[in-house]
Amino acid sequence: MTKADIVEDIAQRTGLTKKEVSETVDLFLSQISDLLVEGKHLEIRGFGTFKVKERKERMARNPRTGDAVPVPSRRVPIFKVSKMLKDKVALS
Amino acid sequence: MTKAELVEMIAGVTGVSKKDTAVIVNMILENISRALESSDKVELRGFGSFKVKSRRSRTARNPRSGDSVMVPAKLVPYFKASNELKARLNGEPTG
Repeated sequence: MTKADIVEDIAQRTGLTKKEVSETVDLFLSQISDLLVEGKHLEIRGFGTFKVKERKERMARNPRTGDAVPVPSRRVPIFKVSKMLKDKVALS
Repeated sequence: MTKAELVEMIAGVTGVSKKDTAVIVNMILENISRALESSDKVELRGFGSFKVKSRRSRTARNPRSGDSVMVPAKLVPYFKASNELKARLNGEPTG
């Protein structure tokens, strides 16, 4: 399933134009991205929580040469699936 | 931030009413959930993808009693962020 499929489905069911729906879908995704960049989190009941986690700096190895290389600390986006959605998928 | 605040923000930019925006947002979530329930994946370019992994059955232990417990095989939904989103979070170029 892609964004186009979702837009199509919603436009059909609501009678709203594809343009209105696709602008809303795009903004929904870019707003979530922007929130995460700002370090904020978004909790959606029954679906899950988008948040940012900090990964500490660590030493890794170059697998070819065996040299130790530092991996700098970085931020990673996380989506924690709600228990409700997990249960629905597990039972499907 | 809550879903209501997000809806308000989106409606402010698109000019689509708050009511319609809320309906669209709920339908986005519903589409993703339904796809995952049928083990389908959802790919949202530039954002990430939602997929389902299958976990094999395994034996675990009840940490209190030490008894072996059989954990059945199951399907687990997960989100994989796009490289673009990961780069943005670290202030790296996204090109």
